[in-house]
Amino acid sequence: MTIDLVLFLGLALIAVLAAIAMIASRNTVYSALFLVFNFLTVATLYLLLNAAFIAVVQITVYAGAIMVLFLFVIMLLGTERESIGGRIRWQMPLAIVLGLALAGELAYVLLRNGIVQGLAADLSTEFGSPASIGRVLFSEYLVPFEVTSILLLVAMIGAIVITRKLRREGK
Amino acid sequence: MSWALLLEWVIKSAVIIMIILGGFAYLTLFERRVLARMQTRIGPNRAGPWGLLQPVADGIKLIFNEELIPEQADRVLFILAPVITVVPALIILAVIPLGPEVTLFGRRYVFGLASNINVGVLYILAVASIAVYGIVIAGWASGNKYALMGGVRSTAQMVSYELALALAFVGPIMLAGSMSVDAIIEGQTHLWYVILQPLGFLIFLIAAVAEINRAPFDMPEAEQELVAGYHAEYSGMKFALFFMAEYGKMIAVSFIAATMFLGGYLGPFLDRWPLLGPIYLFIKVVALLFFLVWLRATFPRFRYDQLMAFGWKILLPLGLLNVVITGVIIVLVGG
Repeated sequence: MTIDLVLFLGLALIAVLAAIAMIASRNTVYSALFLVFNFLTVATLYLLLNAAFIAVVQITVYAGAIMVLFLFVIMLLGTERESIGGRIRWQMPLAIVLGLALAGELAYVLLRNGIVQGLAADLSTEFGSPASIGRVLFSEYLVPFEVTSILLLVAMIGAIVITRKLRREGK
Repeated sequence: MSWALLLEWVIKSAVIIMIILGGFAYLTLFERRVLARMQTRIGPNRAGPWGLLQPVADGIKLIFNEELIPEQADRVLFILAPVITVVPALIILAVIPLGPEVTLFGRRYVFGLASNINVGVLYILAVASIAVYGIVIAGWASGNKYALMGGVRSTAQMVSYELALALAFVGPIMLAGSMSVDAIIEGQTHLWYVILQPLGFLIFLIAAVAEINRAPFDMPEAEQELVAGYHAEYSGMKFALFFMAEYGKMIAVSFIAATMFLGGYLGPFLDRWPLLGPIYLFIKVVALLFFLVWLRATFPRFRYDQLMAFGWKILLPLGLLNVVITGVIIVLVGG
C-alpha cells in the first residue's frame, strides 16, 4: 500500500506539472507534447488501479491517435508560435471563476461523502478485463454503444463531405 | 514483492533489450550482405572473418563523428527526439514470450516479461501508436523543410496504416478468443494462424512494413525527394539512434509476426526439450528478416499519394472484410 501511495503521489505530481506546463508553454508544439506526457502519466495511474485495458486504450487513442493529429495540424499550418496580440481578454477572469466553481464542487462532494477507502478491494479480478468490458458493452449498454458508433460515423461522413465541397470550389 | 522476483524481472528486461541491441548491430551486417548478394556484389567482408566485425567498426566510426546541431534547430527537442524514437523499439517485445515454461532448480520460469497479461495485443498497438512521436519531433525540431516534410509524411503514413495493422490482429484474437499473447500461441498448437488467416497475415506484413517505414514504404526518408527526410540534420550517435530504432523495429515486427501468425516458439519435440522454443522462434524471426531485406531489394518506392490511397482504399476494407469472414466462419464452424 505504501509503495502504491508513493507511486501515486509521484505520478500525480508529474501529471499536474505536465498539465500546468502545457497551459503555460508559449510554443504550441511544446504544449501538445506536454499534453501527451500528461496522458501517459494518467495511463500509468490507471495501471496502478489494475485497469490495464483502460490504460492501454488511453495511450492508443489519446496519445497515439488524437495527439498525433494535433501535432500534424500544428506542423502543417506552421502555427507553432502563439501570437501575443490575439489573446482573448475575457478568457482569464472566466477561467478563474470556472476553476473556482469546479474546486468548490469537488470540495463539497469530498466533504459530504468523505474519502471512500478500499473501493478497489471488493472488486473481482475479472473487473475491467477486455472480456468483461466487451460483454457489458454488447449486452447492457448495447443501444448507447450503437448510437455512439452511428454518431461517430455521421461526423466522419460530414467531415469528408465538407472537404469535398471545398475542393470542388477550389477548382 | 520479493527481491528474487525483482531480480528475475530486471534480468529478463535486460535480455529483451540486449536482443534488440545485439540484433540491431548484426542485422545491419545481415542486410548489407544479403542485399549485396542479391545485387551480385560481395558486401562488407574486410573487418574480421566474413565481415563479422563490421558493426563494431561502424559503431566506432559513428562515435567519433562530429555532432552537429543546426542553428535553426530547437535544441532541447532536437536532442530528445532520437531518444524518444528508440524507446518504443526497446519496450515493444515485453509481451512476446521467447519460449515455453521451463522448470529449473525446482522453480518455474517463463521466457518472457509479461506474455500472460490480458491486454497483450493492445499493448503492442499502443506502443506502435506512440512510436511516431520521435520521428515527428525530429522532423520539426531540425528546423529544415525537408526534415519537416519527412515528419509530416510519417505521421500521416503511420496513423493510416495503424488501422490496418490493428484489423490484422483481430483475426488471431478472434480465433484464440483472447488478447493475451500466451493464449494466441496456445491456439496455434495444431495449426498456425497463417494458414487460417492468410489474408490477415498479408495485411499485417504490408501494414507493418509501412509502420516501420521500410522500403518500399520508406516515404519519410525518401532520398531522392527529401534528402534523408526526418533525420537529414542528424549526425554521429544521434543518427545512430535513429538507425537503431529502425532496425529494432524490424526485429520487433518480425518477432510479432512470428508470434501472432507463425506459432511463436512452437515446433516439433517441444514438450521433450523446451529449450528448443527460443531456437524455433529465432529461425522464424531470421526468415522474416530475410523477407524484409528481400522486399527492399526487389521493390521500388511507392509514390506518396499511391501509398495513402492504397492504405485507405484497399488495405483497410480488406482488413474489415477479413474480420467479417473470420467471424462468419467461427460462427458456422464453431471456433
